[in-house]
Amino acid sequence: MKTKTPALPYVLWMIIFTVIPLALVAFYAITDPQGHFTIDYISQVGEYTPVLVRSIWLAAVSSVISLLIAYPLAFWISRRAWNHQRTMVMLVMLPMWMNFLLRTYAWMTILEKNGLINRFLGLFGIGPLELIYTPGAVVLGMIYNYLPAMILPLYSIMTKIPNSIIEAAQDLGCNTWDVLWKVLVPLTVPGISTGVIMVFVPSVSTFIISRMLGGGGNLLIGDLIELQFLGNAYNPNLGAAISLVLMVLILLCMSVTNQFGDEEKGEMLK
Amino acid sequence: MKDNNIVSLRNISVDFDGDPILVGLNLDIRDKEFVTLLGPSGCGKTTTLRTIGGFILPKSGDVFFDGARINNLPSYKRNVNTVFQRYALFPHLNVFENIEFGLKVKKLPEHERKNRVGEMLDLVGLRGYDRRNIDQLSGGQQQRVAIARALVNHPRVLLLDEPLGALDLKLRKEMQIELKRIQQALEITFIYVTHDQEEALTMSDTVVVMKDGDILQVGTPQDIYNEPKCAFVADFIGESNILDGVMHEDCLVEFAGKKIPCVDKGFGHLERVDVVIRPEDIKMVDASQAPITGVVESVLFKGVHYEMVVDAHGYKWIIHSTKCQEPGTFIGMAVDPFDIHIMHKEVEG
Ligand SMILES: Nc1ncnc2c1ncn2[C@@H]1O[C@H](COP(=O)(O)OP(=O)(O)O)[C@@H](O)[C@H]1O
Ligand SMILES: [Mg+2]
Repeated sequence: MKTKTPALPYVLWMIIFTVIPLALVAFYAITDPQGHFTIDYISQVGEYTPVLVRSIWLAAVSSVISLLIAYPLAFWISRRAWNHQRTMVMLVMLPMWMNFLLRTYAWMTILEKNGLINRFLGLFGIGPLELIYTPGAVVLGMIYNYLPAMILPLYSIMTKIPNSIIEAAQDLGCNTWDVLWKVLVPLTVPGISTGVIMVFVPSVSTFIISRMLGGGGNLLIGDLIELQFLGNAYNPNLGAAISLVLMVLILLCMSVTNQFGDEEKGEMLK
Repeated sequence: MKDNNIVSLRNISVDFDGDPILVGLNLDIRDKEFVTLLGPSGCGKTTTLRTIGGFILPKSGDVFFDGARINNLPSYKRNVNTVFQRYALFPHLNVFENIEFGLKVKKLPEHERKNRVGEMLDLVGLRGYDRRNIDQLSGGQQQRVAIARALVNHPRVLLLDEPLGALDLKLRKEMQIELKRIQQALEITFIYVTHDQEEALTMSDTVVVMKDGDILQVGTPQDIYNEPKCAFVADFIGESNILDGVMHEDCLVEFAGKKIPCVDKGFGHLERVDVVIRPEDIKMVDASQAPITGVVESVLFKGVHYEMVVDAHGYKWIIHSTKCQEPGTFIGMAVDPFDIHIMHKEVEG
């Protein structure tokens, strides 16, 4: 009984800022501008399948590469002395305090035809290379922007694993590889799935990164939605329909990730 | 060279951040013995144990295992297993899987794994607990899992780092007996770290007394107790009265203002020495015919005996006796020459 009253503000908050907007998106997605029910817009989303596939593919690649970079880094940080750990976590978060547009813009000046890299390569008579406006540049932008969101959950779970657990594994015959797969990964599954979601979800729906680093050839689903609401194509109903489909896809991806996590754990607990 | 040493440390030096922790340590551990490293906290016991386990690479010196030099052998290849100070059980595995872990890593067939884990569950008295999660176990039960998890690999040597430190007194006494029984049943070498002298004396075949990264004495519990090599060992192993003395000639020592016959020889003329006398070796006698006299300050009843503090010219003697004297009584104290232990002064620094 006691717990009901304090929860009220949160419930209100949820209703105003989560439930109502979601309901509105769903409503727009299944109605025409006159407010009549229709599934035309939903079915139109199918025309954009290549964009959807590209978005999910690039976000997935970014998530996997981020995980491969973040996992050893987070582990390394978690084994330092406590005061060093705090400094290094600060350093990891530092880029997050800079404006998102500015960060991405900085990469433009690095990757451009006349950018830093190409000018440097030019000194040796190489190039200029096509760096910007490629899928690679988009992936780079995603990783750069969202890597901290992968490192932090991994770090916070790893720092709770005492060294003696790792030594116990070595003592019982584990080489480095065995320690990783038999002890470290099973113990960090929650951190892995949180990190993957934290990178995948913003990556799959971004439009700034793809616009600034991807040029015209790498349209992502986020760009498409932005175009329907803010751009010249103005068609909020279609935009809502695409958003709805994207949301469903993200939910599916997340449940797959969770499933994978559970299976991993399930096998260890068999 | 006739020996049956299973582990030998030769001139081992270990530094942490430039601080020397062990300096030129030498130690031989005989096969199938229960050996205890005993010393105050911070003296380097854990460091010594970790050097044997392969978790610390010594700066210099050699580690031998069964005659072979294993300095560069990583811990996962050593035929040694460890019971860690805080158990370090795997939280994502249940009791059975924790014990099975080492066998699975070595890819033993399932039926053999099952048999060996079963044997271990019997050995440590946890039959029926195999499906429990680790957090459903008491401290004593976790301890048993940690022991079983190490022993299931059939190591030649088991390393134990203060394994009973977190248990209450009664459970500790039970586990001491149990560990000794396990060691004798399996006929393997136990290297056991503790700062509890009573634990060391009751369990060990050999006690290694350490201080400040150095080994002061190695011997049987009886040797260590009855013939301590220096005042530190005497004081650390049970209570002692330690007095400043001067050696006049063989078998004659001056302390407490008197020249008193003893049995120790070979000291320098007028060498300053420590005189060590166990509280239970002091007999209370009539003050008029005693070499040393004093006034009883306090009496404590300790169950089997009384512990009295006697003030003699400022030095507070501790006496253990089954007889009791009231505080304020003027008494005499006598010691058999065999019970006076003379030791070289430790050179400071
Ligand atoms: N990882 C470490 N880094 C720095 N100093 C350490 C480390 N481990 C132990 N020491 C120091 O080494 C000395 C011996 O430690 P240890 O072997 O753990 O002693 P014991 O087990 O006898 O209590 C102590 O002074 C301790 O402070
Ligand atoms: Mg220790």
